[in-house]
Amino acid sequence: METTPLIPQGVKRCSKLQFSLWMAVAVAVLLWGVYAMYLVWFKGLNQTNMNDAYGFALWIWADLAVIALGGGAFFTGFLTYIIGKDKLKNIINYAVIIGFICYSSALLILAIDIGQPLRGWFIFWHANEHSMLTEVAFCLSCYFGVLTIEFLPTIFENPKLDKIPFLHHLSHNMHSIMAVFAATGVFLSFFHQGSLGGVAGVLFGRPFSYREGINVWPWTFFLFTWSAAACGPCFTILITWITEKLTRKKLVKDDVIQLLAKISGWMLATYIIAKIADTLYWAMVTAPSMGFNLMDFYTNNPVYGIWILILEIVICGIVPAAILITRKGRESKFLLMLAVVLAVVGVCVNRWVMVLQTLAVPVVPFEEWFMYAPSWQEVATTILPVAYGVIVISLAHRYLPVFPQERELNPSN
Amino acid sequence: MKEEQGDKHTKRYGMVIDLDKCTGCGACMVACYAENNVPFKKNETDKLDSLNWIRIFQLTNGRSYPDTEICYLPMPCQHCDGIGKHGHPPCVSVCPAIATDYDYSTGVVSQIPTRCFGCRYCMAACPYHARKFNWWDPVWPADTEKYLNPNVSARMRGVVEKCTFCFHRYQQARDKAYLEGRDEIYESEYQPACAQACPTNAITFGDLNNPDHAVYKLKNSPRAFRLLERLHTNPKVYYLSSKSWVRRAGDNYLENESRPESNRQKIHHK
Amino acid sequence: MFPFNFEWAWDIPHLVFHGALWYVLSIVGLGLTYCIIKSAVDTFREEDKGDNH
Repeated sequence: METTPLIPQGVKRCSKLQFSLWMAVAVAVLLWGVYAMYLVWFKGLNQTNMNDAYGFALWIWADLAVIALGGGAFFTGFLTYIIGKDKLKNIINYAVIIGFICYSSALLILAIDIGQPLRGWFIFWHANEHSMLTEVAFCLSCYFGVLTIEFLPTIFENPKLDKIPFLHHLSHNMHSIMAVFAATGVFLSFFHQGSLGGVAGVLFGRPFSYREGINVWPWTFFLFTWSAAACGPCFTILITWITEKLTRKKLVKDDVIQLLAKISGWMLATYIIAKIADTLYWAMVTAPSMGFNLMDFYTNNPVYGIWILILEIVICGIVPAAILITRKGRESKFLLMLAVVLAVVGVCVNRWVMVLQTLAVPVVPFEEWFMYAPSWQEVATTILPVAYGVIVISLAHRYLPVFPQERELNPSN
Repeated sequence: MKEEQGDKHTKRYGMVIDLDKCTGCGACMVACYAENNVPFKKNETDKLDSLNWIRIFQLTNGRSYPDTEICYLPMPCQHCDGIGKHGHPPCVSVCPAIATDYDYSTGVVSQIPTRCFGCRYCMAACPYHARKFNWWDPVWPADTEKYLNPNVSARMRGVVEKCTFCFHRYQQARDKAYLEGRDEIYESEYQPACAQACPTNAITFGDLNNPDHAVYKLKNSPRAFRLLERLHTNPKVYYLSSKSWVRRAGDNYLENESRPESNRQKIHHK
Repeated sequence: MFPFNFEWAWDIPHLVFHGALWYVLSIVGLGLTYCIIKSAVDTFREEDKGDNH
């Protein structure tokens, strides 16, 4: 009797041995993170180097960063299903998987980060709708549900699962109304990406991150959504490129990448103009009204110099935007990859300063700068999602038809 | 978070700390630990993870001998009224689970440890670092558990706690007044442990809205200032100092910016 | 989250926030229900066709 293979037909995958060895490395790193997670859950947050000045630290940065990078899923979904950029259907599956990994990681890190994990449901049950964090929790969880729904049809397309009639139909039917789910995802993403910006922006006791805005939304609300829409797709392009290098084959056509890079570039260019305007207003109006000069935030400490602002806005903002909006820049493989790496670093630096530097800056005049270095448990639990992501991507690439153009691009298989 | 404005009984409890009188002895801290069942570490060298609800800072004018001047500044939770109308402190609206609240009848910013799930957003929001996190399970040396205050619940690992202006004492005073058929409580009936323990009477506590209470007059003293007024946190803890450098140390100013006299006007409550 | 939570109030912030939440949950829930029911119907129809042959 003929058995259905687990691996999709017409594509080539590495040997079981090679795959097992690769997975063993990833699982070893994952287990290291799981051990650290166990320590934190059972012994408490004394396992970290956080303190009363650093209530938020590496984990909250990791949360903000992965959610921004996972923004590729909602923005690519928006472009594909709502704007109608059909070309992007060739990368949307992967964008969704990357988003799924990012959002599940963010939820896991949040579960580790809270002091009483068993009370995590309080945030839903006893919701304070005035808190930005409440909005983040609701939208994050709902959007994770939406991403799972978007991911499921790809899982059901595994040759073995596709043989099951119900799953075959379910996959087809979910595809047929995917625009509804994608639109819901865009709505949720707009609010939770924004609310993450609002988390720091509303802190009127913290002159480094406080921003004015419209009604209850500080400018950071809009800047975070914008930057996630700009840099998320860059992360999707970067991970696609890494996957192509590791699997030694082309998976997505250049015109698809070029289109995504172009849109991303214009988003980044407009974002960075808005960010510069925001920074100027903050430096010249908001901060001085609280008694701070711009350089008060960047001097008298061993780490945070003005270099970090230049890195974020010029090197990781203006430069990648300039590369991505020009045809020549996009068509040069080196410049394209340089731009996406810079954009990814830029959004991570932005999230870092909005969390860590916010808390480092002394606000009470007779206090000093607060410095922090994470404990190994914090580092391990932050690397845990990376190992988890490698495992999910490896499994998805091996067993699911993630890239519709793979067979066409690798005909010799 | 329902507002009860316009109630003639609305109080705004606050504190005035006379820094000219404070010797930095730490009696207020000890009293607070004992009254509120605050656990302590074996080694309290690192104050950044201590559960001290009231801390004492040593300020200096930065000059060399013989012009050196020192000032001790006790800092409890400032029980901020916040931007605009009272009721919007930096920490309250950010709490995702309503584990901290602003009591409109007293102005006290409360903390509900059994509701708190330890996200620490309130700590990030508070510019005074008045909020403390239970990094460890509370442990007291042998037998000292028997001396814990039965009126205050001990907190568990993983939640935030802070100064409550000894709110349990307010509740007791209210109960007593009720039993005696009174609507109001006397000024002396509700005093936090730190104020009572201060050997130099540097800490005065009472209703900032009540002209009969000592704090009402003290807060309008020309020596009065509050910490970080420019952030509009609107604290209910006032400080008194006859030294201008101490008053200036209470806020951030741009280089060459003088401490505006109008700032003193702001601290007068309507 | 629910009107029976004691901190619930029928005010504008609650209605806007939780209104949006339940609206989104309803859309996702209804969409998913539609997919599952339609898939089940499709499967049974296919089986019926298969039996007839």
